[in-house]
Amino acid sequence: MNVHEYQAAELLARHGIPVNTGGVATTPEEAVAVAAEHAGAGAVAVKAQVHTGGRGKAGGIKLARTPDEVRAAAAAILGLDIRGHLVQRVLVVPAVDIDREFYLGVVLDRPRRRNVLMASAEGGVDIEEVARERPEQIIRALADPLLGLHPYQAREVGFALGLPAARVGGFASIALKLYAAYVAEDATLAEINPLILTGDGDWLALDSKMSFDDNALFRHPDTEALRDMAEENATEIEARAHGISFVKLDGDIGCIVNGAGLAMATMDAVKLHGGEPANFLDVGGGASADQVATAFELVTADPNVRAILINIFGGITRGDVVAEGITDALGTVSVTVPIVVRLSGTNAEEGRLLLAAAGLIAVDTMDEAAAQVVRGAR
Amino acid sequence: MSILVDRHTRLLVQGITGREGSFHTEQMVEYGTNVVSGVTPGGSGKAVAGVPVFDTVAAAVAATQPNVSIIYVPARFAPDAIYEAIDGGIPFVVCITEGIPVADMVPVYAYVRSNGARLLGPNCPGLITPGQAKIGIMPGFIHEPGPIGLVSRSGTLTYEVVDALTRAGLGQTTAVGIGGDPVIGTAFVDVLALFEADPATEAIVMIGEIGGSDEEDAARFIQEHVSKPVVGFIAGRTAPPGKRMGHAGAIISGGTGTAAEKVAALEAVGARVADRPSAVPDLVKAALA
Repeated sequence: MNVHEYQAAELLARHGIPVNTGGVATTPEEAVAVAAEHAGAGAVAVKAQVHTGGRGKAGGIKLARTPDEVRAAAAAILGLDIRGHLVQRVLVVPAVDIDREFYLGVVLDRPRRRNVLMASAEGGVDIEEVARERPEQIIRALADPLLGLHPYQAREVGFALGLPAARVGGFASIALKLYAAYVAEDATLAEINPLILTGDGDWLALDSKMSFDDNALFRHPDTEALRDMAEENATEIEARAHGISFVKLDGDIGCIVNGAGLAMATMDAVKLHGGEPANFLDVGGGASADQVATAFELVTADPNVRAILINIFGGITRGDVVAEGITDALGTVSVTVPIVVRLSGTNAEEGRLLLAAAGLIAVDTMDEAAAQVVRGAR
Repeated sequence: MSILVDRHTRLLVQGITGREGSFHTEQMVEYGTNVVSGVTPGGSGKAVAGVPVFDTVAAAVAATQPNVSIIYVPARFAPDAIYEAIDGGIPFVVCITEGIPVADMVPVYAYVRSNGARLLGPNCPGLITPGQAKIGIMPGFIHEPGPIGLVSRSGTLTYEVVDALTRAGLGQTTAVGIGGDPVIGTAFVDVLALFEADPATEAIVMIGEIGGSDEEDAARFIQEHVSKPVVGFIAGRTAPPGKRMGHAGAIISGGTGTAAEKVAALEAVGARVADRPSAVPDLVKAALA
C-alpha cells in the first residue's frame, strides 16, 4: 500500500525526522492560504500529490513567489493527469535554501533477507538510475535481522558520503530514525529524496515516500486509514474485500484463474496467441462458486472485456465441482461475452461436459483455451 | 533417490486440527506420507486421520521423534510456530501459510539459519517425492516417480508443469515449491545444489516468476555449480511494473525483476527457457537427448 508524500512526511515527523512542514490544498485559493500560513511572504513549492514518480518532469512541481503565482501554480497542477493519476491535492511547502542534496532510504535486500540502509551523495535524482549507472555512488549498510541498525553503521555511511565530521551525527540520527520508522510502521520502503543540508547547515527531509506491507496492515489500522481510494482502482478494492487478487490491465480478454503463478502464465499465454489480457485475477486455490461469481462481476465491470478465459487447474478440487461452481455463478451474474473454460484435474472430463451443456466452450489445455479466447474476442 | 524427503521422513503437522491442517493431513496420510504426530495447543488426546495430537511441539517430539514439520497455522501465529519447531530441534520446517508480514520473516529466517535448520516457504505448496512422501497441499496423483527435479516459486503453475511432465512420461525425483514471498527460507540456489548432488536427478526444471533476483542468482549458480541440464519457465512476461501480481514477492520494482531479465540470465548460462508451460517437456527431452 502506498501513501502520499505529505502523509509519509507526517509519519516521519512523528518519528522525529525534521521535515519541511507545509499543508495540503485542494483548490488554488486554499493553496494561497496554506502558503501564507507556512511561508508568510516567502516563496513556496507547490507539489502534486499523486502515487507516482516523475512529478517534476510532468509539470507537477512548481516554485511560486507571490500569492498570484501560488494561485496560478495550484490551478495548473490540480486536475493534471500524471501517468494516469489525476491530481486532486497539492502540498504547499516553504521553498528552502539547499546547500547539498542526498538520498536516504531503507528497503528489504531480498537476496540477503535483511533490511538495508541506502544513501547517496547524488540526491534529488532518480535513485534507480544512479543504481544502474553509477552503483558505486550508493552506500549500503545491512541491518542485523535481530538487533537492527547500529548507530556506528549509520555513522559509517555518513563518513562514506564524505560529510564533514560535524554533520555526521545529525545525519546518523536521521538515518536511525528512518530505520526505526520503517520497522515500526511495517514499511516496505521508507525514503527521503532529497535529504538536504540547508545553507544554515541544518538537515531537512524535502521529499518523503513510504510504502507498506499489505500483509501487516492488520496491526496498523492508522496506516490503513491513510489509504486514498481515489488512487486505487475501484475493482481492485472490491476484489481485495473478497480475498481475490486483481490487477487491471489494458487489454480486452478477461482472465479468471486459480493461483497467482498460473494467472500470470495465463496472461502470458493470451499474449502469445495474439491477444491482450484485460486483467490479472487469482480467485484462490479452491475456486468456489461464490468466488467465481465475484470474479465474473469484477471482470465484466470492465467495459473493454470482449471475452473471458477461465483457467482452473483442479488438483485436489474436483473438476465437476468447479464446473458446477462456474454454472451456478452464471446463474447469478449475467455475462454477455464469450467464455472459454480450461479445466484440468480430477473429474475434469465430467466438468467439461457440464460446462458444454451450459453453452460454454470447455477445453483441455491452456494453449487451446488461449487460442479460442483470442478468436472469441475478435 | 530424492531430495529432502522420502518414505523414511517422520512428519509433524502444526495446526493439525484446523480446517486446512486436518484436510491436508488426511490427504497426506492417504498418499502414504509417514505422518507421526500433530500439534494444536489444547488438542492433546485428539487424533486426525489416526494421527495423535499433542499440545506442544516439545511433547510431540518426545513421543514421536519427527524430523520434518509442516505448518498450517494462520499468518499471525505462523512465525511463532516456526520458532517452536526450530526450538523443538526439528531440522526441516515447511511453512504453507500465506500472508506473513515480511518484518516477521526477517528474524525468523536468521533464527532458522543460526540454528542450522532449513525452512521451506512460507506461502508455498510444500514438496513431494512421488510415491514416497507428499508434504504439502499439491494434488499427489499428477506426480510420478522419475528423473526430473522440479523447483518453483508457484503453486498451481507448478501442478500445471508437473502434469505436463508426467503426461509426457517424465516423472519427478522431488518437486519443491519454494514460495512466492519476498523472504523465503529456501531459494532456487539451495534446491539446485541438492538436485545437482542427487544421483537420481537427471535434469532440473525451474519455474520462476517476476520480482526479486532469485532467478538471476540461480543463473550464476548454474554456471558455476550445475552440470545437469536445466529447463526454465518464467511467468509474468505481460505483468506491468509496480504492481504486485498475487504473490507478495511478484512485483517489478525500480525496473528490476522483469521476466525478460530472468529469461536472458538463464539462457546466458545455457538453460533452455520455455515460452509456455506446455513446451517444458519437449525442452527437457531435448536436454536429455
